[in-house]
Amino acid sequence: MIPELGHFALILALLLATILGTLPIIGAQRHVRAWMALARPVAQGQFVFVVTAWVCLAYSFIVSDFSVLNVATNSNSQLPAYYRFAATWGSHEGSMLLWVLMLSIWTFAVSVRSRHLPDEMVARVLGVMGLVSVGFLLFLLLTSNPFERVFPVPAEGRDLNPLLQDPGMVAHPPMLYMGYVGFSVAFAFAIAALIGGRLDATWARWSRPWTPLAWSFLTLGIMIGSWWAYYTLGWGGWWFWDPVENASFMPWLVGTALLHSLAVTEKRGTFRNWTVLLAICAFSLSLVGTFLVRSGVLTSVHAFATDPRRGVFILTFLVIVIGGSLALYAVRAPKVGVGGRFEIISRESMLLGNNVLLIAAAGSVLLGTLYPLFLDALNLGKISVGPPYFDTVFVPLMTPLVFLMGIGPLSRWKQASVPDLWRRLRWAFAISLVTALLAPLAAPQWKPLVSFGLLLAFWIVTATFVAVRERIRNADGGLWAQIARQPRSFWGMVLAHLGIAAFVVGVTMVKGYETERDVKMNVGDTVSVANYVFRFDGVTETKGPNYRAARGSVNISRNGAYVETLYPEKRMYNAGGMPMTNAAIDSGLFGDIYVSMGEPVDGGAWIIRVYSKPFITWVWGGFVMMAIGGFLALSDRRYRVGAQRDSALPRGAAAAYGTKR
Amino acid sequence: MNKKLLIPLAIFIVLAGFLFAGLWRDPREVPSPLINKPAPQFALAQLNDPATKLGTVDMKGQVWLLNVWASWCVSCREEHPLLVALAQAKVVPIVGLDYKDEPGPGKTWLAQNGDPYTTSVMDRDGSVGIDYGVYGVPETFVIDKSGTIRYKQIGPITQDALEKKILPLVRELQKS
Repeated sequence: MIPELGHFALILALLLATILGTLPIIGAQRHVRAWMALARPVAQGQFVFVVTAWVCLAYSFIVSDFSVLNVATNSNSQLPAYYRFAATWGSHEGSMLLWVLMLSIWTFAVSVRSRHLPDEMVARVLGVMGLVSVGFLLFLLLTSNPFERVFPVPAEGRDLNPLLQDPGMVAHPPMLYMGYVGFSVAFAFAIAALIGGRLDATWARWSRPWTPLAWSFLTLGIMIGSWWAYYTLGWGGWWFWDPVENASFMPWLVGTALLHSLAVTEKRGTFRNWTVLLAICAFSLSLVGTFLVRSGVLTSVHAFATDPRRGVFILTFLVIVIGGSLALYAVRAPKVGVGGRFEIISRESMLLGNNVLLIAAAGSVLLGTLYPLFLDALNLGKISVGPPYFDTVFVPLMTPLVFLMGIGPLSRWKQASVPDLWRRLRWAFAISLVTALLAPLAAPQWKPLVSFGLLLAFWIVTATFVAVRERIRNADGGLWAQIARQPRSFWGMVLAHLGIAAFVVGVTMVKGYETERDVKMNVGDTVSVANYVFRFDGVTETKGPNYRAARGSVNISRNGAYVETLYPEKRMYNAGGMPMTNAAIDSGLFGDIYVSMGEPVDGGAWIIRVYSKPFITWVWGGFVMMAIGGFLALSDRRYRVGAQRDSALPRGAAAAYGTKR
Repeated sequence: MNKKLLIPLAIFIVLAGFLFAGLWRDPREVPSPLINKPAPQFALAQLNDPATKLGTVDMKGQVWLLNVWASWCVSCREEHPLLVALAQAKVVPIVGLDYKDEPGPGKTWLAQNGDPYTTSVMDRDGSVGIDYGVYGVPETFVIDKSGTIRYKQIGPITQDALEKKILPLVRELQKS
C-alpha cells in the first residue's frame, strides 16, 4: 500500500509540475494575474507530493519491504538501519528520486523566499523549475519507477553494494545533489530574465544569494566524496579524475566562475551576457553530469546498470533544456546590451581573467572526460585519459588564477594602476617568495615543485592579509569594531580564498613528500616509513552486523617509543561480493598515517600497505573553509535585508540602466 | 542577430551528437588481441573431482564456451540463469573457469544457483585468467574446433548478445 501511495504521489507531482511549467509562464507573457498567482501554491503542492513519495520509499527501505523491487535489490534485513535509510538513494531509481526531491526543495525555497520579487519574475522562475521537474519526473515514472513491485516476494534482499555501506553514503549523495541541483535556481533566474528581456543588475542581485548556497553544498559534497574514496579504496588516493568525479567538478568550476561574475554584474552592471551564459552552463553541466553517470556512456566506478533507453530519454531531455536555453540566449541576449566600461587593469578585468581560466579548466576537464568517447565515436580506437593529462593541464591554468586571486581583491573597479598595486603588494610577494624557498628546507628534501606550490599558497595568504589590513584600516573604531564593520560577504571571500591556500598546501605537501611501502609481513615483522616503525601483530577474526572481517593489528612506534595501534580491516559481506578494505588512519594536523590490508599470503602473512600522507588533512580543511566561506557570504546582511523587502538598487545601477521599478 | 552568440549552441549540438553516438557503443568493449588466435593452453583440476584434470586438449574437435566465473562475482548471478537455460538446451558444451576462488564456496554457489557447466575447473591463483587476459568477471570465450578463440564477451552475457552474436556464431562454427 505504502509503495503505491508513493507512486501515486509521484504522478500527482508530475501533474502539478506540468501546471507549474505552463500556466504561470504563459500568464506572465499575457499578463494574466490569476495564472501567475498559481506559481507559488502549485510549487509548494508539488513539493509536498515529491516529499511524500520520497518518504514512502525511505519507509519501504527502513521496514525492509522486499516486495518492492528496488528494496529487494538494494537492501537486506541485516543491514543496519542508517544504511537501510541511505540505500534509499543507493540505486539508480532512488538516486533519481533524490534528484527530484532536491529540485523540489529548491523550488519550494524559491517560492517561500521570493516575496520581494515582481509577480512575472516569480511566475517565470518557478515555471522554469517546474519544466525541469517535469522532465525528471517523467524520466522516473516512464523508465525508472522506484516503486516497482516484485512477485513472488523474495525472503531476503540482495543487499546494498558493500562499497556503499559507509557513513560517506549517508552524507555524500544528498550534499552533492543539493549543490548540483541548486544551480537550477540561478539557471531559472537567467532563463526568466531572458524571457522577460530584463537582464539588469536587479536580476543579478535576486539570483545572487542562491548561487553561493548551492556552491557551498557542492563543495562539501565533493569533499566528502573525496575523503570517502581516500579511506575506503585502500590505497590512499583522494582524487582520481574519474568521469563521475569530473561530472561534479565541472559544475563546481563553472559555478565558481558564476559566483564571481554575478558579483560584477550586481555591483557594476557589466558582464551581463556572460553571467547569464555561465548560469546556463553551470546547470547544463549538472545535467550533462547526470547524463554521463546515468547513461553509462563512460566507464566509471560509479556507473550503475546501463540501459540505452534511459540514456536516450535523458539525452533528449538534455537537448531540449540545454539546446532550448542556448537558443533562447542566442536570440534574446543581444537586446540586453553589454553595459559598463573598464580598463585592461581593473578589478573587472581580473575577474574576467578568473572567469576565463575557470572556464578553460572546466573545458579541459570536459575534453579529457569525453575524449575517449570522441575517438571511439569516430572509430579512431579505444583509449583512456588519465591523471597525467589532467595534472599537466591543471597546473598551468591554476597558477595564473592564484596570482589573480591575490591581486583582484586589492584592485579598484574600472581602473587600477600597476605601480600602485606593486607598491601595495611587493612585501607580500617578497615574503611569500622567501618563505616558499626556505620552508621546504625543514623537510627531508628540498624540491622545486614543493617550493612552487608553497609560493602559490603563501601568495594567497599574504595578499589576502594585505587586503584585509587595508580594508579594516579604513574603518573606524578599535580592531574588533573594524573587523565587525566589514560585511560578512567580505569575510566569506577571505575565508574561501584562504581555503584555496590550505588546499594548495595540502596537495603540494602530499604530492611532494608522501611515502608508501607495500610489503609482505609475517607476524612480528616491522617496516619503517617516515620515522615511524610499524610492527604487524597478526590478524583476528571479527564480526560486524552483516560481515565478517579479518582485522589486522599494527603497532606503531617512533624512536622506540610506542605511539599507538591501528586496526585496518578486510571485510567479507554476508551477501557476497568482493572483499572490502577498511583502512585505519591516524589523522593529524600535519598529516595522516594510513595502514591498509592487501591480500593474505601463505602462512598467516599479509600484504600490508603503509603510507605517510603529510598535510593531507589540509586538502579537506581547505574544502571546508571554502564551504564555510560560502555560507558566511550568504549570511550577509544585504541578502537578508534584500529578501525581506524590496530595497533600493545598488547605487548607480538604476540610474545607469533606467530600470523600471 | 549577433552570430557570436550562437557559438555556445553550436558547441552543444556537436557535443550532443557525440553523446548520442556514445550511447550505442559499449565503453567496456575492448577488442581482445586474442580473437582469431589459438586459445592459451591449460590443464586444471576439476572443481567436482580435483584428482582429474581437464584442459584445452580435451576440448579439441568441438566448439565450446569457456565461461569465467567465481562465487564472489556479483554480475555472474546476472548471467547465470541464461547459462543454465543454454546448458539445458544442450547446444554447446560450457566449461567453467572458477577464477580466483576456493572449492568450497564455488561448489556451494553452483549447488544454490544451478550448474550449467559440462565441467568446471579451478584457477585458484588466477594464472590461466591472466593468459586469457581476464580483467573482469564474468567473461566468456567462444572457441572453435581447432582451438581458436573466435569471440569474447566481456561482462555478463545478455539475452541480446546470446541470440544475436554467440548462438549464430556457435552454429556456424559447428557446421564447418
